[in-house]
Formats: sequence, structure tokens, C-alpha cells
Amino acid sequence: MNKVSVFRREHFNAAHRLYNPKWDDAKNFEVFGKCSNPHYHGHNYELEIKVTGEPDAETGYVMDLKKLSDLVKENVLNEFDHKNLNLDTKYFTNLNPTAENIVIVIYGILRKKIEEKFDLKIRLYETDRNFVEYPID
Amino acid sequence: MVFLTRVEHFNAAHKLYNPGWSREKNEEVFGKCANENWHGHNYELYVTIKGEPDADTGFIFDTKKLSEIIKEAIIEKLDHKNLNIDVDFMQGKMCSTENLVIAIWEQLTTHLPKAIELHAVKLYETPRIYVEYFGK
Repeated sequence: MNKVSVFRREHFNAAHRLYNPKWDDAKNFEVFGKCSNPHYHGHNYELEIKVTGEPDAETGYVMDLKKLSDLVKENVLNEFDHKNLNLDTKYFTNLNPTAENIVIVIYGILRKKIEEKFDLKIRLYETDRNFVEYPID
Repeated sequence: MVFLTRVEHFNAAHKLYNPGWSREKNEEVFGKCANENWHGHNYELYVTIKGEPDADTGFIFDTKKLSEIIKEAIIEKLDHKNLNIDVDFMQGKMCSTENLVIAIWEQLTTHLPKAIELHAVKLYETPRIYVEYFGK
């Protein structure tokens, strides 16, 4: 077993707000602070996709990174880039778009598109200083 | 003469949309930046002042005070805000990075002590796109 991890970085810019519709505005502000601004705010999200597996005997690739990039662009960036995560995507109609929930959603989208024999891990930077990873080891 | 730079950051939503144009024309000119439901960025702001170090302190200006002025005049107005809707000094302006950097310069010059000379404001909209303004 000579497993290698390969990584692809992508990025998207989006607006969002953190808001629990079951709570009133005061409670939302208490919990989420300025992140609950009703007029939204936004981020440059940086996405790292980690695929782990054995290099193929014929190509030497774990996975063609151009194909991985195309998969991410088609299935994630096209849905999220320059969008309002709360309003423009189907994923966060009933789910708060925290970095935690976004990374789980992106994992769910990509896991279906990448062969089962590969391990998949996603890291999502909301800012340079805040980032999340899923799944955990 | 020494240049002194303080770096601050804010996260905000905006859209590029000229209300005098049709939706089609906005999409033609601004592409996905015209999305009516907004998108957003992590902005990085570099404020550079210039001057001679003071004989007694060795400072051009106390960087803690500089930071407080930037936070009060700029960051509190822009951070976690919608630039098109929430910001008094961007009302009626196109929310491009170019216009934002000019507006930030104007705000800073009214809030900094008269003796402090502002040299440059640099604003990163993404790690790959930034603008600079020198006051003219």
C-alpha cells in the first residue's frame, strides 16, 4: 500500500448571514452578533480538496487533478461563486450557512462524484484565520 | 521620511449594479458580480502614513492610535455590512473596489490628526485583486 494524498485548491466569493428563523432578531444578534446582519456580509472562501489513494499503475496519478478541478468547478463553484448562500443555493434553505455546515454540504456533493476507493477530505477557509475540516480522522 | 503601514480587515457583501441600466446591461457589464442577491469578500486594508520619527517617541504616529482611528472611522462602518445598503459614505456610489478605496481615503483624512500625512491606501478585494490610492 503506497497511498498518496493529492490536493486541489479552489476559491469562491459569496454573501451569507447566520440566522436561526426560530429565534427573534434579538436572540439571533445575541448568538451570531454582526454575522446576523439582515443585509448579509461576505467572504472569499478558499477550498482545499484532499483525495487519498494509490497512484494508478498506468498513469502514475492518484486522480487527474484537472478532472478533480473540473468536478469542483461544475458541482461546487458554479453553485456557490458570487452567490448568496442563503438565497441562491438549494442547500441552505433550511440550514444555517456556517463554515461547518458549508463544508459538510461540499463533502456530500463531491463524495458522490469521486470513486469510493478514494478517501476524501475537505478543508474550507472562511477567512485566513477561520477554517474547518470534514470529515475528521 | 519613513512610511508606516497598518493592516486591518473587514468582511462585507456587495454587488456591482448600476441602477440606471437594465438588468441585462448590468449582467453584460458586471457579469456574476451583478447578482441581485449580493456576494461578498474578505477585504484587507493597508493604510500607509508618512513622516519623520518624533525626537521624543521615535514614532511617526502611535500605531495603536492609528489602529483605533481606522477601526472607528472605517472598520466599524464596513465590517459584516452590505456596502451598497449599510454604509453612509458609499450611498449613491458604485461599490467597486476603486470607489471604495477613494471613499476610505476621504474618511481617513477627515479623522486623522491634521499633522498626520496619509500616503497611500491599498485595498485587497481578494488575494488576487487589489487597488491603491494616493489621494489624487
